[in-house]
Amino acid sequence: MTLDFSTLLPYTDVILEGLVTTLWLTVVTTAAGIALAILVAYVRDGSPTGTRAVISRLLGGYVEIVRNTPFIVQLFFLYFGLPALGVPISATAAALLAMILNLGAYTAEILRAGIDSTLKGQHEAARALGLSRRQSFRHVVLVPAFSRVYPSLISQCIIVMLGSAVVSQISVFDLTYAANFIQSRNFRGFEVYLVVTLIYLLLAVGLRLAFEFVGRRLFAFRQGGSS
Amino acid sequence: MTDFTLWDIVRNLLLAGRWTVVLSLIAFTGGAIVGLLLTLLRMGGLTPIRWLIRLYVDVFQGTPLLMQLFLAYFGAAVLGFDVSAWTAASVALTLFTSAFLCDIWRGCVEAVPSGQWQASRVLGLNYLQSMRHVILPQALRLAVPPTVGFSVQVIKGTALASVIGFVELTKAGTMLNNAAFAPFTIFALVALGYFILCYPLSRYARHLEKKLYGAGIR
Repeated sequence: MTLDFSTLLPYTDVILEGLVTTLWLTVVTTAAGIALAILVAYVRDGSPTGTRAVISRLLGGYVEIVRNTPFIVQLFFLYFGLPALGVPISATAAALLAMILNLGAYTAEILRAGIDSTLKGQHEAARALGLSRRQSFRHVVLVPAFSRVYPSLISQCIIVMLGSAVVSQISVFDLTYAANFIQSRNFRGFEVYLVVTLIYLLLAVGLRLAFEFVGRRLFAFRQGGSS
Repeated sequence: MTDFTLWDIVRNLLLAGRWTVVLSLIAFTGGAIVGLLLTLLRMGGLTPIRWLIRLYVDVFQGTPLLMQLFLAYFGAAVLGFDVSAWTAASVALTLFTSAFLCDIWRGCVEAVPSGQWQASRVLGLNYLQSMRHVILPQALRLAVPPTVGFSVQVIKGTALASVIGFVELTKAGTMLNNAAFAPFTIFALVALGYFILCYPLSRYARHLEKKLYGAGIR
């Protein structure tokens, strides 16, 4: 058994290209996925009636389907299934859509746990004080819920970043695709995968630090306060 | 090209679905055994051992499962073993599961108030006795809901074994799609298969969690 990492050197730019793709996919997914989750939480908040109740139930179905099926199947369904229905979609678009829908569902559920633990009286008090539903949702429900579930949110975004390795299977040129590409050229599978795994580990640590930094800024007013 | 009826597709998916179930059971059982050993070592072991286990958990939680599968598959080849997709998938999923369960269970043991430890040690029980008679029975109640919940992640994780050529539900789906080209139907059915396996477990985990909260523990 001999390990030879020098055979990787000519492929530095390939790894970099994959890294850039993985990074931008993660950043866009994080922003869009959280926005989607907020929207879902807003519609499902309280006890919806009428049309909102129907949409709310449908959204509940979406959340359960995503949470109880593997990401790779969701990805294949979108990438192979949509064109068959006459909706052409590129590999990158399918990957991004699958990632956003995935993070959106998990984050919606995380947010809901945070919202459920907000005292009901607070919500009612805000309405009684004359805040609109949107205002009270934003200031009284959402922001405190966010700061409460922020640690779970960080973990979920990291899980989605790591899960994005799967998009290589529909030939999106991400970090894992780069690894497979190099492996098929130099036949040094173990070395390539070891290095790329290490890069993912560093990405996960980096992402956590970045999130914690942003969190300290975002929820600074709550530090040392109650709850 | 042969024509595939819907029944042909469903029948083949069901046959392959068996291997998803078997692989999930192997990964969960193996992961639980290794995870329990790690949890016990981590709670009572020497500092360097604790540190190593923490590193083990962080590495498995901080890297893609897909990479772990590739490493198990290609790593064994480097070591001179010619492993099958079965072995590589079983080993990788077992280690992955053990790391997550170790983390979940450590949290549960730590959630038992420290006074319980002190009291049992003062009463003359040694480490193993206090663990077995005082701490673990209490930790177990806390551990059941998140452990059931994690089993869903294990089932979904087995889908990635398809990438190294293990023929389970997802791989059967891609193979059928190559032959029958009905991606929408086939992948919807594959997703349904996972949903049938996972949804009851998710519901049960949530039910157990509510019961635990209701009992006033935590």
